[in-house]
Amino acid sequence: MRFLLRRLGFYLLAAWVSLTLNFLIPRLAPGDASSALQARFQGRLEPSALAAMKEVFGYTDAPLWQQYSSYVNNLLHGEFGVSVAYFPAPVTEVIGSALLWTLFLAGASVVISFVLGSLLGILSAWKRGGWLDSIAPPAFIFLGAFPYFWMAMLLLFTFGFVGGWFPVRHAYSDHLTIGWNAEFLLSAVHHAFLPAVSIVIASLGGWLLGMRNTMIGILAEDYITMAQAKGLSPRRVMVHYAARNALLPNITGFGMALGFVLSGSLLTEIVFSYPGQGYLLYQAVKSQDFPLMQGLFLSITAAVLAANWLVDIAYVFLDPRTRR
Amino acid sequence: MTFFVDLFRNKKASLGLIILATFVIIATFGPLLVRDPTDFLGDPSQPPSARFWLGTTLQGQDVFAQTIAGARTSLVLGFVVGLIVTLIGATIGIAAGFLGGWVDDVLSLLTNVFLIMPGLPLAVVLAAYLKPGPVSMAFVLILTGWAWNARVIRAQTLSLAQKDFISAAIVSGESRLRIMFFELFPNMTSIIVSGFIGATVYAIGAQVGLEFLGLGDVSKVTWGTNLYWASNNQDLLTESWWTIVPTGVCVALVGFALVLINFAIDEVTNPKLRSESGFLRVLAQVGATAGFSTPVAKAALERTPEEGA
Repeated sequence: MRFLLRRLGFYLLAAWVSLTLNFLIPRLAPGDASSALQARFQGRLEPSALAAMKEVFGYTDAPLWQQYSSYVNNLLHGEFGVSVAYFPAPVTEVIGSALLWTLFLAGASVVISFVLGSLLGILSAWKRGGWLDSIAPPAFIFLGAFPYFWMAMLLLFTFGFVGGWFPVRHAYSDHLTIGWNAEFLLSAVHHAFLPAVSIVIASLGGWLLGMRNTMIGILAEDYITMAQAKGLSPRRVMVHYAARNALLPNITGFGMALGFVLSGSLLTEIVFSYPGQGYLLYQAVKSQDFPLMQGLFLSITAAVLAANWLVDIAYVFLDPRTRR
Repeated sequence: MTFFVDLFRNKKASLGLIILATFVIIATFGPLLVRDPTDFLGDPSQPPSARFWLGTTLQGQDVFAQTIAGARTSLVLGFVVGLIVTLIGATIGIAAGFLGGWVDDVLSLLTNVFLIMPGLPLAVVLAAYLKPGPVSMAFVLILTGWAWNARVIRAQTLSLAQKDFISAAIVSGESRLRIMFFELFPNMTSIIVSGFIGATVYAIGAQVGLEFLGLGDVSKVTWGTNLYWASNNQDLLTESWWTIVPTGVCVALVGFALVLINFAIDEVTNPKLRSESGFLRVLAQVGATAGFSTPVAKAALERTPEEGA
């Protein structure tokens, strides 16, 4: 429990740092962010609404610490301002509808690529120098070197535009409504398939190599030799003795790589016009929608921190040493 | 120096270095030999031909020239950012690991916070508020990229600080700064080189990603802006694959080369990972197969790497 609480404290601190950065960046950047905001909204908001808007962001003449406290207060009350691109929808509403799609796409692909990559890593370390070990690691290093979104563009082009086997945009078919029925779910999976494959291909190599290298270290341990000397089946030695222990450091890496993989999947979403956080981020950049951009930064950070805490909880189950 | 000698003998490193050297040569001399990458030279969206080896863009620009010109801008920024990130990471990592105490607490906490924050959204917010250009881009990449190196180098410092030569330096009254930069720093060559390579891979990839989003200076020719224009011109819809494929392949080849060199460094410094092909060949000659219980034979065949090189 102490371990989990300590981690939680760390995540709260990280959250505080990111929301403070979010507060400071517009104020430290050259140029006046407040008038930039005003220019974006000119003619679309009543002067009184604009003043209220500026206050939400804390752009007042008050001293910096007062701006800061009202900014934090607003955030705590869920006030992220109004989006320019999706005017007059509030930022929270715009982000909320897209968050689920990102969690679905990025979550599923990260888990698939972690499981698949770890399995391949275990197998290639076990049969060191075998055909899998000589093909898979270099192949996936090479594939992993491509930018995520470029891989996405290539898949979209080959299987979407030219092949016509997969839909080329959006998360589900236009004539369906969201619901828990087979048709909708099938359509959602069909739409998520290509983006997910591009994320899996681009990120699998990292997990594979991490797992392979820890496995190789562990296979040299005495208890592996001991297990083999006892005459345990190779499969049992591989899974229960080697892989289980090799998995632990890889899970720590999993938590840390989440932010990186998520960043890549955001760009993948843009290529596929997938209506998640990444697509919104693109819209925000295109229309200079600062409130939306900053809201997205905070919500994505929050998602990564939460995911990391889940990884920590999993870690407690896997590693008895943390349960003290 | 033996580290570099071992590195050049490694097959993976040689392949990586050859690819990398090719790109460096292309980036240095290529732009002098090709047409002006921004000039409107031919018919729009032409597929590759004898005149335009990689076709033309929707604006009638030469894709081949753009790819070559992009190599220069993207690689220069990548290496510069990689170098600065490495220096910052090394300074913070060594300071945290060697000084310990509250300095370590504060620096480690800062490092871990920056490690866990998702880089892309932060970079987007930063880049959107700054004036687009190479300096802003470098600043954004450095701020979002320094933490990993700091963490790795701190860990290495912690283990090096236990060694006798550091105790000797402390006892002989060397100043802390001198120990940090003249005793610890040179003894981490392999970690620092590998950190530099990792940072460069990151810098090139993130830069291409941000520019693809339109957060760079879109009037400049770089690999990222090439892809930005390709996506802006709807080149996928019109099936103009030639504006997309060359740049991506170049980015991937450079990344692949750098990662190969990094694996080679790993193998040179960590003999456990070294390829066993030679060993297996010897075993096959005597008709035996490798098991986990043959470490002695293995050790005899491998040259033992020197300590703390």
